[in-house]
Amino acid sequence: MNNIKTIAKRELLAYFASPVAYVVIVIFLLLTGFFTFMLGGFFERGEATLTSFFIWHPWLYLFLVPAVGMRLWSEERRSGTMELLLTMPITPWQAIVGKFLASWIFLAIALILTFPIGLTVNYLGSPDNGVIFGSYVGSWLLAGSYLAISCMTSAMTRNQVISFIISVVLCFLLILVGFPPVTNFLYQVLNFKPWLVEIIAAFSVMTHFDGFQKGILDSRDLIFFLSVMVFSLFTTGVIIRGHRAG
Amino acid sequence: MIKVQNLVKTFGPKRAVDGISFSVERGEVLGFLGPNGAGKSTSMRMITGFIPPTEGSISVGGFDMVENPIPAKRLIGYLPENAPAYPDMTVYGFLSFTAEIRGLAGDARKRAVNRAVEMCFLEAVLHQSVDTLSKGYRHRTCFAQSIIHDPDVLILDEPTDGLDPNQKHEVRTLIRKMGEKKAIIFSTHILEEVDAVCSRAIIIDRGRIVANGTPQQLRQKSDWAGAVTVRVSGVSAAEAMQKLAALPSAKRAVLLKEEATSATVRIMPKPGVNGALTQNVADAVRGWRIEELHTEEGRLDEVFRSITMPDTVKGEAK
Ligand SMILES: Nc1ncnc2c1ncn2[C@@H]1O[C@H](COP(=O)(O)OP(=O)(O)OP(=O)(O)O)[C@@H](O)[C@H]1O
Ligand SMILES: [Mg+2]
Repeated sequence: MNNIKTIAKRELLAYFASPVAYVVIVIFLLLTGFFTFMLGGFFERGEATLTSFFIWHPWLYLFLVPAVGMRLWSEERRSGTMELLLTMPITPWQAIVGKFLASWIFLAIALILTFPIGLTVNYLGSPDNGVIFGSYVGSWLLAGSYLAISCMTSAMTRNQVISFIISVVLCFLLILVGFPPVTNFLYQVLNFKPWLVEIIAAFSVMTHFDGFQKGILDSRDLIFFLSVMVFSLFTTGVIIRGHRAG
Repeated sequence: MIKVQNLVKTFGPKRAVDGISFSVERGEVLGFLGPNGAGKSTSMRMITGFIPPTEGSISVGGFDMVENPIPAKRLIGYLPENAPAYPDMTVYGFLSFTAEIRGLAGDARKRAVNRAVEMCFLEAVLHQSVDTLSKGYRHRTCFAQSIIHDPDVLILDEPTDGLDPNQKHEVRTLIRKMGEKKAIIFSTHILEEVDAVCSRAIIIDRGRIVANGTPQQLRQKSDWAGAVTVRVSGVSAAEAMQKLAALPSAKRAVLLKEEATSATVRIMPKPGVNGALTQNVADAVRGWRIEELHTEEGRLDEVFRSITMPDTVKGEAK
């Protein structure tokens, strides 16, 4: 446990020692603002909700989270520090979890910095703060799932650009299978087997993020996000072991 | 402390390490020699638990590196090849991170960092970020990391690479001193280092151990070991050559230098004559004026070359 803490602390400090952290936070805040107010029609809706804010998160994270996660292992491999890290008296799992947690905490910080928008709706009307809180939790879990996928792709290659692109594609697939236009198309193609479409859609982050946005805390949604993370981190471990075995 | 048995590592069809066995006890400094690509770094990576061996076993301080890696790794300090360090940290931050992950906390950690900083002369760059360090300083930072927890076992992959002559000297002195209480393995391409620090050396070539012994023993493998060089005057070079080459213990004599009044001749020993040649030469030259006479010890670089490139060296000898 202490080892995880030590590694996470180092990793988190490394974020703030590089411009990545500030660039990502600023872009995230700017884009959420832009999407919420300009495209989402926050004011025009005349509702005291943050729907127009959270609805964009799966798309924003699509590029920002891989940008945060792409360096996790590829940098470690490129600079050779992986050899130091993995010859320390720690298990590879502690290293993987520690590094993942650091980036996840970093994303939490970026997310928390959007609090003015929460204050704004509270000032303008009387929203259901339970729903807002649930949506924040859902958004953080969503970010964690993307992040775990980026973590996995960054273990595959020492090239950060490749790692970024692969994780964007994988995350995009996770959106697509539950994106209404795609599910409608699938219903037509697989018109005799709607249950198959349901199964496919069940793998989408959209399907599961929806519940959180409505303020419904369904344990199945929670389990979905957690299993995406566990699975991806587990695969990260397998990939790293594979590299070392040669 | 370190016991390696029949270590094998294959990368695809290639056997990078091909059945290496040796052991190192506390108080020993083992030098790893060998040409580029011989498998030195690969062996070290397996011993430190970075890559698993394809075959064979490694035990460090009684703990098996494959079955029980954590306690084994705790005993080891490791300086990888190319001295990696986190570029975005300061030297101080990096060293306290490695101390923390080695389980040192609070005052003990501060003391450990200060001790390592002192031993590796890092005061001047303590708060500089690692990616702006010169190569030598980065190397020293990574070296400091390896000794921060005062480990019983040190594995150093080319520890003097990129250091200036003063620092090379300091690091050698440090290794020799630490070698009194620890078990140390270090690799190098600088053969004088072997004499300066090692109590034993292993030469690896294409994944196999081709020589193993004290620097003294290795030197004796040289064709040169036991050769006698004499400079005599008052006799013609031809006469001297003829008489010396005919000695029963001599393989052949080589005329190194011929001057107006003197001749320098090197007499190579027949294999297995040991010290007899020197005595024979001394007897043979009686009556001539001897200006110089000494017995060669054999040179490590020549041993190294003849072991790792036998064909080329034989070609040159012809
Ligand atoms: N990850 C790897 N994949 C494939 N081949 C490898 C890998 N690591 C090492 N090798 C090969 O194994 C052989 C031994 O390499 P190693 O780095 O151990 O040599 P070395 O003795 O340390 O050489 P040098 O003196 O140049 O440092 C080389 O032929 C190298 O190409
Ligand atoms: Mg090497």
